[in-house]
Formats: sequence, C-alpha cells, structure tokens
Amino acid sequence: MSAPPPALLVRELGHRFGNRAALADVSVSVPEGGFVALLGPNGAGKTTLFSVATGLYANQSGSVSVFGHDIRSAASAALARLGVVFQARTLDADLTVRQNLVYHAALHGIRGRAAMPRIIELLDRVGLRERLDEKVRTLSGGQARRIEIARALVHGPRLLLLDEPTVGLDLASRSDVVRIVRDLVAAERLSVLWATHIFDEVDPGDQVVVLHAGKVVATGVASDLARPGGSLEASFRQLTASPRRAA
Amino acid sequence: MSALALRSRIGAAGYLVCFGGIVRRELLRFLNQTGRFFSALVRPLVWLFIFAAGFRSVLGLSITPPYQTYVLYDVYVVPGLAAMIQLFAGMQSSLSMVYDREVGSMRLLLTSPFPRWSLLFAKLSAGVIVSLVQVYVFIAIAQLWGTDLPHLGLLTALPAFVLVGLMLGAMGLFLSSLVRQLENFASVMNFVIFPLFFASSALYPLWRIRESSEVLYRICLANPFNHAVELIRFALYRQVEPVALGVVLCTTALFFLLAAIAYDPGRGVMGRRGGPPETPT
Repeated sequence: MSAPPPALLVRELGHRFGNRAALADVSVSVPEGGFVALLGPNGAGKTTLFSVATGLYANQSGSVSVFGHDIRSAASAALARLGVVFQARTLDADLTVRQNLVYHAALHGIRGRAAMPRIIELLDRVGLRERLDEKVRTLSGGQARRIEIARALVHGPRLLLLDEPTVGLDLASRSDVVRIVRDLVAAERLSVLWATHIFDEVDPGDQVVVLHAGKVVATGVASDLARPGGSLEASFRQLTASPRRAA
Repeated sequence: MSALALRSRIGAAGYLVCFGGIVRRELLRFLNQTGRFFSALVRPLVWLFIFAAGFRSVLGLSITPPYQTYVLYDVYVVPGLAAMIQLFAGMQSSLSMVYDREVGSMRLLLTSPFPRWSLLFAKLSAGVIVSLVQVYVFIAIAQLWGTDLPHLGLLTALPAFVLVGLMLGAMGLFLSSLVRQLENFASVMNFVIFPLFFASSALYPLWRIRESSEVLYRICLANPFNHAVELIRFALYRQVEPVALGVVLCTTALFFLLAAIAYDPGRGVMGRRGGPPETPT
C-alpha cells in the first residue's frame, strides 16, 4: 500500500500578479501531524501562498493538495479538511463570539445546535468560554486571535493554516497564541503550517521552510538551519540578504 | 470526522444550513446597524414627503397603464422610491463586499467547501431579504402618510421586489468584483446610482421624457432599472409586464454569471489583479 498523502502538499507552485512573480517554483510539504514553520520577511509571498492554498486564487502553475485532494479539481473535499487563520482580522466585531462561531459552522454545513458542544470545547481550550455571549468588539486583540483559532477548528479540520497569527499582539498574548496552537497540535494531532517572521515562535525541532522573494531558499529542521549562522535569525539574515538563491 | 459525516455536511442539506447561516449573519449585521437602516429609510421618505408634495400639482399625469384612473403624484412615485431603496441596498451590499474582501471576511466566506457561485447566491439572497425589510417598512410609512396603495398589490408586488432585489444585487456583486479597493460611495452614486435612477420612470413617466428628447427616451428604455420600476409598478396592480419581467430576469442572469466568473479563482479578476491586498505588517 502506498504511504498516506501528506496533510498539505504544495508542488512547484507559481503565481504572478501581472508582471510581478509573487511565487516561483515553491514546494512545501506538511506531513500528517507535523508542524511546519514558513519563515519569510514581509513581501516574501507568504500571504499569496496562503491565498492559493485556500483556493482564493487558482494556482497558475504547480499544484496544491490537502490530504491528497487537489484544491482545484476537488475544492470541496480539500476545503472541508482545512482550517485557516488569516492574517487580517475576520471576526464580525458587532456580533457575539457565539454568533461568529455558529456562522462559521454554518459555512461548513453544520447546524448551530450540532456545533455547540464542539464550540464550547474549543472555547475551553483557548480559555475564553465565559466570553461566549459577548460582542467581539469587547475582546482584546489577543483574545480575538484565540477566538479565530477556535473558529478555524469548529468544523474539525485535520490541517490548520495560520498566516502570521501573532501580528500586532503584545508579548504575553503572542506566547499564549503559540502555546495554544502547540497544545492543540499535540491534543488533536493536527497538521500545521505556521507562517511567521518571528523567530521566537519556531522551536529547534520544527521543520522550517524559508521563503524569500517568492522562492524557497532553504528547508530543514530549525536547529540544522541555525547552525551556519549561529542562530536561526542569523542564518535567516544570510539567506534573505543574499541575492535570490535556488532552493 | 468520518467520511460519511463529511459527505452529508457538504451535500444539499448542508448547503441549506450554509445558506441560512449567511442570511442570518446579514440580518444580524443589519439589526446592529440601526443608523444604516434609518438613513436608507430617510432618503425615499424625504422624496415622498417633500418632493412629491411639491410636485403633486405641477406634474400632471395622464392615465397610463397600470393606472386606470388619475393618480396622485405620491402614488406614482412609490414604486420608483421602493426600487431606489433596493438600488441603494444593492450598491451598499456590493461596497460591503469590497470592504469584506479587504478586512478578510470575504476570504472566510470563500473557504467554505460549497461551490463559490452558491456562496455568492446566498450572499445575494441575504442582501435581498434585508432590502425587502426596508421596502416594506417604507411602504408602511407611506400608507400611514396617506398614500393610497392597493392592499392586495402589496402582496403581489413581493415577487417583483424579490426579482428586482436579485437584479440590483447581482449588478452590485459584479461591480464589487471590479472595484479593487474600498472606494468612495460618492463615485458609485455619480456613475451608477444617479444615471440608473434618473433615466427611468421612477420619478416621471417616460412619455414626459420623450416629449423633450427621443434619444433620452431610448436610453431610458435600455436602462434595466427602468424595467425594474415598471415591473414593481404593474405588480402593485396585480399585473405582469412581460417586457419588464424579461429584462429583469435576463439582466439578473447576465450579471450573476459575470460576478460568478469574476469571483471564480481560476478565471476571475481577483487573482490577476492582486485580490485582497497583503496587509503591511
């Protein structure tokens, strides 16, 4: 029997906006149950990669599949297995936490009543159960982020994509978010692709993909990548300072 | 999550849940924005209370179908003003789509596993339901004010309002796919709302326009909004205007198709034009 397909397989992906190549020949693989950090400076193409991986834009070349389901030819099956936390805030500030989460469940064809036990369980995990009936407007940035993480998991996806989830958060909220996601990965055996430009969020044992100017310039375990420069940050600077290098 | 459960979730029953969820969210948002509701109502009411009062005696109206007798000017303008509410609602919801796209809730919507056109249709229908609430509140106030409208007609006009809402919403939806960023509502007013509204029979019968310019009259006849107004006007008097019905149906289909293409990830303008901008961090 062949090996099970990886949670996320991005193969030789290319995407252009007009003349500008936002992604060129990008390949990323997230194994089932794996945590992969996508490290790249602003403008490296992380958000474009997420847009293509979530089917917002069609890939112009290459392919994206989620547990073996191609995002174009089997979009429904791929999207149903995918949870996303976007970089931009996507909660309705005027609605309550419950209304936001029930709306999300509905988008995945799950009735509110059927979704409530799962919603409560997830809110417990992110430590915000008591805010269920409060408007999102009253939450802090970090709390809203935690709600968004809970929301991304309401429909029970096996793969979670997070696009710079800690942007704009203070140190304490940032480490909360990182801890919550890592706990969830362990508890639910989730597969995760975590885009960031913050090195503290990467553990030495994590698989890392370094994206720069639309290309993958390095892949490997964080501790190995850190070796040439002395630290992950120094290695990263070397990788992204030099003119584009092939992977 | 078993494969079976997943299959039933993204089947037809699941879509109904999704459709309901999208409509519910739109209604909740609408109820939370009472300011928007009142401003949407004030506009046609100002026309009705002041403009119609001023013109009541100036504008003589000959007996044109569907009217079987002379009608007062306020009776004449109600269908046009109701359509105006739907016009503004359609454009407003299109702008809210642009806004949604920028803040990302559009992205969230599009991660739903249901076909994209069906999500757009749900969004469109949600907008229509919100516009129907506004229209009927307006009509109720007009009746309290003393405008003489046929009671049964209010019921027979409902399908017309639904169709017109779909048409204007589809036009707005298509427009939203063209607008790259949240732009000034004023430019939409100038280039879309005003031309559509004034080149129609909303405020004056078209024979009046024909008296002054044949060209302008032809332009009005080519204006789908004009047919939307006529569809409502006839439906209020329990009649179906076949030409208006045809134009409204075709325009809806055309613009919905265009919007579906525009929002399609493969063919659409979003990917090529950059879609939602990457937020600088």
